[in-house]
Amino acid sequence: MSSDSTASTPYLIRGATLPDGALTDLVLADGRIAEIGSGLSRAGATVVDAAGLIALPGLVDLHTHLREPGFEQSETILTGSQAAAVGGFTSVFAMANTSPVQDTAGVVDQVLALGERAGYVTVQPIGAVTVGLAGERLAELGAMATSRARVRVFSDDGFCVSDPLLMRRALEYVKAFDGVVAQHSQEPRLTEKAQMNEGALSSELGMVGWPAVAEESIIARDVLLAEHVGSRLHVCHVSTAGSVDVIRWAKARGIQVTAEATPHHLLLTEDLVVGYDARFKVNPPLRRREDVDALRAGLADGTIDIVATDHAPHPVEAKDCEWDAAANGMVGLESALSVVHAAVVDTGLLDWTDIARVLSRTPARIGRLSGQGQGLIVGAPAELTLYDPAASRVFGRGNLAGKSANSPYLAMSLPGRVLATFHRGYATVLDGALRPAAEIAAVGGRTHG
Amino acid sequence: MRHLLSTKGLSQGEAIRLLDIAEDMADVADREVKKLPTLRGKTVVNLFFEDSTRTRISFEAAAKRLSADVINFSAKGSSVSKGESLKDTAQTLAAMGADGVVIRHPASGAPHVLAESGWIDAGIINAGDGTHEHPTQALLDAFTIRRRLHRGAARGKGLDGVTVTIVGDILHSRVARSNLWLLTTLGAHVTLIAPPTLLPMDMSGWPAESGFDLDAAIDAGPDVVMMLRIQQERMNAAFFPNSREYSRRWGLDDERFGRLAPTTIVMHPGPMNRGLEISSAAADSAGSTVREQVANGVSVRMAALYLLLSGDREDS
Repeated sequence: MSSDSTASTPYLIRGATLPDGALTDLVLADGRIAEIGSGLSRAGATVVDAAGLIALPGLVDLHTHLREPGFEQSETILTGSQAAAVGGFTSVFAMANTSPVQDTAGVVDQVLALGERAGYVTVQPIGAVTVGLAGERLAELGAMATSRARVRVFSDDGFCVSDPLLMRRALEYVKAFDGVVAQHSQEPRLTEKAQMNEGALSSELGMVGWPAVAEESIIARDVLLAEHVGSRLHVCHVSTAGSVDVIRWAKARGIQVTAEATPHHLLLTEDLVVGYDARFKVNPPLRRREDVDALRAGLADGTIDIVATDHAPHPVEAKDCEWDAAANGMVGLESALSVVHAAVVDTGLLDWTDIARVLSRTPARIGRLSGQGQGLIVGAPAELTLYDPAASRVFGRGNLAGKSANSPYLAMSLPGRVLATFHRGYATVLDGALRPAAEIAAVGGRTHG
Repeated sequence: MRHLLSTKGLSQGEAIRLLDIAEDMADVADREVKKLPTLRGKTVVNLFFEDSTRTRISFEAAAKRLSADVINFSAKGSSVSKGESLKDTAQTLAAMGADGVVIRHPASGAPHVLAESGWIDAGIINAGDGTHEHPTQALLDAFTIRRRLHRGAARGKGLDGVTVTIVGDILHSRVARSNLWLLTTLGAHVTLIAPPTLLPMDMSGWPAESGFDLDAAIDAGPDVVMMLRIQQERMNAAFFPNSREYSRRWGLDDERFGRLAPTTIVMHPGPMNRGLEISSAAADSAGSTVREQVANGVSVRMAALYLLLSGDREDS
């Protein structure tokens, strides 16, 4: 099929299962969900048989590292967008730790433009809180907010805004444009040279520990600051049971705090460090089984609002080395839905409407992103993914679509599979395969007009 | 034995076998010609990413007494300090035909990575990885204790019922970790004494008692007291107020040494900070094994090299 026909062709999705379990057909036309109901037909539409497939609103990742500009050996905006589409995502928030850092309007607008050119997903830039992520003075937050990229999420992720006064000012300042500070909660002095979760295993292995209190103490400080100045705080990659308790307490007090957990912190534990395979090195580190259980419970009761991937591509040489020398991070876009499926759906904690909430509606709302997370309703932008929950696969290199292979799930058996993803009404993934870049650039460019 | 990476995985039988072979090797040291032809034609590389003259020359002496060819590869001044990766270094050594690699590395697990990576096919001996393990040090300590207790009749024996108190910077000590596993495997009871800041955060899985009170530990009358070196870099990192206070509370000074039974074995892996963790009187006493430990180190390392590199390395 030529790119032109794809661009103009409506889609008729037959027999999909909505998150609430209802069976329906959907018609996608002119970039919108045109019709929802049974027995639909549409002349000239490409028919997609979705029998047995769950239709989810297009997934939104509030925490992605796309690495461009500056680290294109790990990922580019194009390849990261492809990884996202393969994972069922229709939008990603691109973290600011690029080179140059996304700390000016010029850089965020460039990232936005490269995302539009790639066309697979909406790439929404995140702005740095401080100049160069250095934690010393505020970046031009207002300029980024009023730029074409309309930045609303600000984060020094990778680094903690550890200076309490600077954090207070950032929280206050972003109120001017309804922004949110997404904090990487890591007390720097308590985590100097840290290599893994601090506990019995780090004691045995003689590795410098990353104690839970280094995360929990910053979250406690930040929720109190957010309360004091009446601002919105978002907590990135919550990893400990104690953090869940602090956030639960803060929410009960009415503090405007939201929180994310990563798929890997919902599934994997620190025991994986034993073989020194650096694919399992990540920051914050993998924690204990008790922490995993607390994160799952927190996600189930709403203490943790969303799942975000912290997709962090690295080249082979950054992981093919001794543990201490290895880079932190895991790729996660392609595997996210399957991992969440295994961690919280198969365990009965969340159902598919919850998944639509934590992986689409709420992340879009936290990030103030229009055109995403509106759900499967007539008139909403045609952002959706079709997922086969009955599938099972041994996750392998061939399931990765980004540039890097530092996935902790390689050779692991995971449930489910994304079979199609639609962004602005066109297919970015169809029949389980990524559509070619030239086709997407052509149709994507047209829909941006 | 394919590699010697840690003492945690060693069985009692393996450990005693290695110690018995070390007894045979020690006998060689008493001969006029201190050399065996066992590893003639084999190449042993001492790959040291940290300075440690003592450990390196001990391995060098051990390899040479077994007639192996020895290459010393120090990270300082080599391509490693210019950013060459462990992988490239390992592949270089493999290409040169190294049969055994003795590795000292600041990262916990580096010897394990080297052994499992497929970068090199050589037998790997861990000569100290970060603050993880230092198995040959523990083996030489066990060998030294066994010899002191059993003299010429040590072969075949473990350390059943022997009480060993290890004192000092347990948190950062690979010697303590390797001794913990090996000595308990051999039947000894281990007690760890340190300031609370220098004990690991969670020792719930460790087969040892632990405490903060050296005086109580001394008065319990242990068979062996092992003092660990306090590194200079701990002095300025708030682990304890200063060296004087450390010495007063956790040093084996003359007064504490005087309260030990005369048969108590006093050990130190060296190099010692005399007057800080151990007094000269204790270090130079008849109960001290400091110099024996050095001599025994060569015998134990000969045994380890022999087990890894002679004959078919694949067997047990």
